[in-house]
Amino acid sequence: MRIALKIWRQDGPADDGRMVDYQLPDVSEDSSFLEMLDLLNEQLIDKGEEPVAFDSDCREGICGMCGVVINGEAHGPERTTTCQLHMRSFNDGDEIVIEPWRADPFPVIKDLCVDRSSFDRIIQAGGFISANTGSAPDAHATAVPKEDADRAFMAAECIGCGACVAACPNASAMLFMGSKVTHLGELPQGQPEREARVLQMTAQHDLEGFGGCTNLGECSRACPKGIPLNVISQLNGDYRRAGYGGRD
Amino acid sequence: MTDTVTRGTDLVDGIYREGAPITDTKAPSGDIADKWTTRKFEAALVNPANRRKLSVIIVGTGLAGASAGATLGEAGYRVKSFCYQDSPRRAHSIAAQGGINAAKNYKGDGDSVHRLFYDTVKGGDYRSRETNVYRLAEVSADIIDQCVAQGVPFAREYGGLLDNRSFGGVQVSRTFYARGQTGQQLLIGAYQALERQIAAGTVEMFARHEMLELVVVDGKARGIIARDMVTGEIETHLADAVVLASGGYGNVFFLSTNAMGCNVTASWRAHRKGAHFANPCYTQIHPTCIPQTGEHQSKLTLMSESLRNDGRIWVPKNAEDCDKDPREIAEDDRDYYLERIYPGFGNLVPRDIASRQAKNMCDEGRGVGPAVDGVRRGVYLDFGDAIERLGEDAVRSKYGNLFDMYQQITGENPYQVPMRIYPAVHYTMGGLWVDYDLQSSIPGLFVTGEANFSDHGANRLGASALMQGLADGYFVLPNTIRDYLAQGPFTTIAGDDPAVAEAVQGVQERIDTFLSINGTRSVDSYHKALGKIMWEKCGMERTEEGLREAIEEIRALREDFWSNVRVLGSAEGLNQSLEKAGRVADFLELGELMCIDALHRNESCGGHFRAESQTEDGEALRHDDEYAYVAAWEWGGDGEAPVLHKEDLVYDFIELKQRSYK
Repeated sequence: MRIALKIWRQDGPADDGRMVDYQLPDVSEDSSFLEMLDLLNEQLIDKGEEPVAFDSDCREGICGMCGVVINGEAHGPERTTTCQLHMRSFNDGDEIVIEPWRADPFPVIKDLCVDRSSFDRIIQAGGFISANTGSAPDAHATAVPKEDADRAFMAAECIGCGACVAACPNASAMLFMGSKVTHLGELPQGQPEREARVLQMTAQHDLEGFGGCTNLGECSRACPKGIPLNVISQLNGDYRRAGYGGRD
Repeated sequence: MTDTVTRGTDLVDGIYREGAPITDTKAPSGDIADKWTTRKFEAALVNPANRRKLSVIIVGTGLAGASAGATLGEAGYRVKSFCYQDSPRRAHSIAAQGGINAAKNYKGDGDSVHRLFYDTVKGGDYRSRETNVYRLAEVSADIIDQCVAQGVPFAREYGGLLDNRSFGGVQVSRTFYARGQTGQQLLIGAYQALERQIAAGTVEMFARHEMLELVVVDGKARGIIARDMVTGEIETHLADAVVLASGGYGNVFFLSTNAMGCNVTASWRAHRKGAHFANPCYTQIHPTCIPQTGEHQSKLTLMSESLRNDGRIWVPKNAEDCDKDPREIAEDDRDYYLERIYPGFGNLVPRDIASRQAKNMCDEGRGVGPAVDGVRRGVYLDFGDAIERLGEDAVRSKYGNLFDMYQQITGENPYQVPMRIYPAVHYTMGGLWVDYDLQSSIPGLFVTGEANFSDHGANRLGASALMQGLADGYFVLPNTIRDYLAQGPFTTIAGDDPAVAEAVQGVQERIDTFLSINGTRSVDSYHKALGKIMWEKCGMERTEEGLREAIEEIRALREDFWSNVRVLGSAEGLNQSLEKAGRVADFLELGELMCIDALHRNESCGGHFRAESQTEDGEALRHDDEYAYVAAWEWGGDGEAPVLHKEDLVYDFIELKQRSYK
């Protein structure tokens, strides 16, 4: 298939950046979206032009390293990661516009690569259970109702890709944060730090410059793992209770 | 360390020299069940007040690296942690699907530390070190406790207790899992523990940094040279000890189930500085991956081998049927070759046999799916019978997520059309040689997880990689490295120490060379060419003739690379072609050593099948009298033959047996 591309090129953080047009006359519909970009890069190298920088690692939808905005949608038209999107989702002759995640807390490093270290700092603020190695009781010491364990697992599926932020008009990271607060808050092991966790993570979230949630739901629609919006409700509930000095 | 190379014997077979054997692995004496307790007691302690004066560098943040970083940070050491990804949470441990073994015996089905130990040694085809494997089994139960305490959401039963399943053909249910995302959940647990220490100030994190050289001063590992991949700056990081947890080298094949960035550079730079590389030819090829569709392919995706429990594997009997719709091929014209050749085990034969036979069918011209390089590389995995027997809903409830993944990648509906599968490189059992303390042949350099060689022998059992990564990082290394660190305080090394200056200069010169060759071929094109040589001649089946050809071809390719590669852009700032050039340059050296190792090991064992060493039935044939040893290779210098050091494998507690699946 023939594909026309418009790709954001930006030499570095200080560069203004611009859209650049490219043509790919022969792309296999079986190739993945990122393999299409690999093909473009091989052609650019052949012509002596610098290849397009983009992030990816596992290319099987689990590491969360890849992610670009495709025709205005985070990760493109399917509900999946960019690496799991295939060219058969497009038509012969299509024009595809590719941009990096757009959000102040995700500054562009180069071309389509952004800096998401703000996510790591939110986890540092409290996205963990303090259990030093070697101090754990037997794994069967505490039974966890299957329902709670399943909901914790659902929230823990977050891959930290940042599509939720890219899709949100407010650049809010509350789906990301809500996933972690729900994952750990559903488990008995997560209770002792539950209040401190939500307060500290939220403070860091705001400090990084992420916006607040206005319940549009774009984050959940863009999430490749289908994390539901109700983790934000859980986040807000925990925050409210913690703010008033105790769980009900 | 090249000046201390033991020149050893004359050239053997024209390809290597033989040096002194390794006689001491530092394992304590006594009964196998007591060794680890003895070692933990005998290893010196470091006073908590002194720990903050001691520093450790850890390269890699997968299960083996993140868990070690968190644990050493909690203990109070000063840790510097490095990863090439943008966050430590991305490391490729995250992609492991199946589960993690532990000898908990929660099912009361007769499991024990000794049984897990036995299964792992047998699974490794008697080419692993007994003492290390026993310890792995011994600490396995602690891993599950630790992960649950961290909030890892393992699958649970309705009573709220942890669920287990049987995995990889073993007869007990000892595998803990979190749907098909066990690796992700374990890694996120270790990552969160690591981030907690970063916040506490005990661990300093360097993401988007790549180790390009090891700093060795007075014979001891004292630091690394790393490149900040965002600014391009070459940085010197010094410490009292260095830990490599940098993963496996499956990407030497270009196509593998590894992540795009997985590489051997950290291990290989250490090897060139004197760390022995053990059993590099032991690679695991997984039978149930999604086949390649064309030259554009960048990686291969694994599907859980649990699919073989209900799917039937076949190819057309007649090559002329290979491009037909499989549903139109009559039952009589199908060759269910595994059921035909191995009537006892059928489709459940071990990974290496299933893989080799699939390749044989395709090489015979009976493969299916799109042809790549003129060969159709795929066989059918057919659920037609299973759907008829159990119903589509039952098949969906068992394998739904795998079927969805298959459909997303191939665009075909496996409920209607048989899946196509083909083997792919999945794991590398070889790695840097380590002793019982996980210390390499360079004092102060420790190696954990897939990057070392120690626990899986010639073949790794399913659900054992996650176990080993976390065993090493949480429980083994923190107890052994303290014995080394207790020798401190170590001398302070100046930034302009000659060893540091030489390492920095070497890194700079290499980068300058890549950028100045200005040839005609991209880095990827060399990587693909290397991958083809490795896959064809050092893949599932190896022959003396093929390996000798491969060695010559790799040498020629490497020479061409250094005179004709094209790396555009500059050394300042992000340059992904430059990153890849360094990794491929090291793969081009590793590939040759893998072939030399495979050539010298004239036996078949585990994942290493030498066509010259098989039974009349075509089964792998070990030669315990000649090859029951670890092959630890010492770097011989550029253009020089490597030096082989043999570590005899002594089995005091397990009896060696020849396997049979007929």
